[in-house]
Amino acid sequence: MASGKTLTISIMDPPYESGTTTTMLRIVDAALKKGHNVNVFAYEGAVALPLKTQAAHPNPVKGTTVEEQHHPTTSGFISALFEAAGLTGAKLDWVNCGLCVDERGATEWVEGVRRGGPGDFVKFAQESTNTLVIGTR
Amino acid sequence: MAKYLSIVERAYHGTLEEQDDTILWISHMAKKAGADVSVLLRANAVNYAVQGQNAEGLTFGAAALSVPPKLDQDIAELIGAGVSVYAVSDDLERRGIGRGDIVAGVRLIAQREMAKLFDQHDQIWHW
Repeated sequence: MASGKTLTISIMDPPYESGTTTTMLRIVDAALKKGHNVNVFAYEGAVALPLKTQAAHPNPVKGTTVEEQHHPTTSGFISALFEAAGLTGAKLDWVNCGLCVDERGATEWVEGVRRGGPGDFVKFAQESTNTLVIGTR
Repeated sequence: MAKYLSIVERAYHGTLEEQDDTILWISHMAKKAGADVSVLLRANAVNYAVQGQNAEGLTFGAAALSVPPKLDQDIAELIGAGVSVYAVSDDLERRGIGRGDIVAGVRLIAQREMAKLFDQHDQIWHW
């Protein structure tokens, strides 16, 4: 059941390079399961997190195939989070910073992600119960 | 043949998404490609040598991480492939990790011995 509370998260890290991306996705998952709405403002490298062109690969060190390795993708996790939001009546709103997208050519995203800008982040913060900014270190 | 020392310092960055540590992985690939490469674990990365790590159970909505990273096994497999793996004993002690806690075959060196280890290699790859 929706709680009526909203959490905004701003994230800057790209996929596959930092533990913060996994932590952020875990926080989103936990919040949605409690029925909280979640806004994500993906800034700089984080706009690559929902790229739908991400593809699984085998692992030549371990000798595993694509199927055996079942390599995860952050875009797959984000799609699952959009689906999970629907189960509790909570809303997930994911905005990719448009200028960050343009300078990276990172334009193809999974369903649910939309283009926006810093103004959306301000609006998110104003309308949220709280905001968590996760900067790059 | 030239000898390379690959130093891993940052730990657990993207390891769940990649199911590996990227530097342990590329070091193993370099070995497979014929390089005489050694690995030095320092700072937080010494935790990679701790036996019995378990990253199972992670889910996002209905999406599960069905093949989690097994970094202690990755260290053991590196050693099995003929890669010398070192860990800085001072960094282990600072984190309360005992010698009995780590993967067999990891060689411990003191911080003061690192320069000597560097001298035994032709190139240092500090990631």
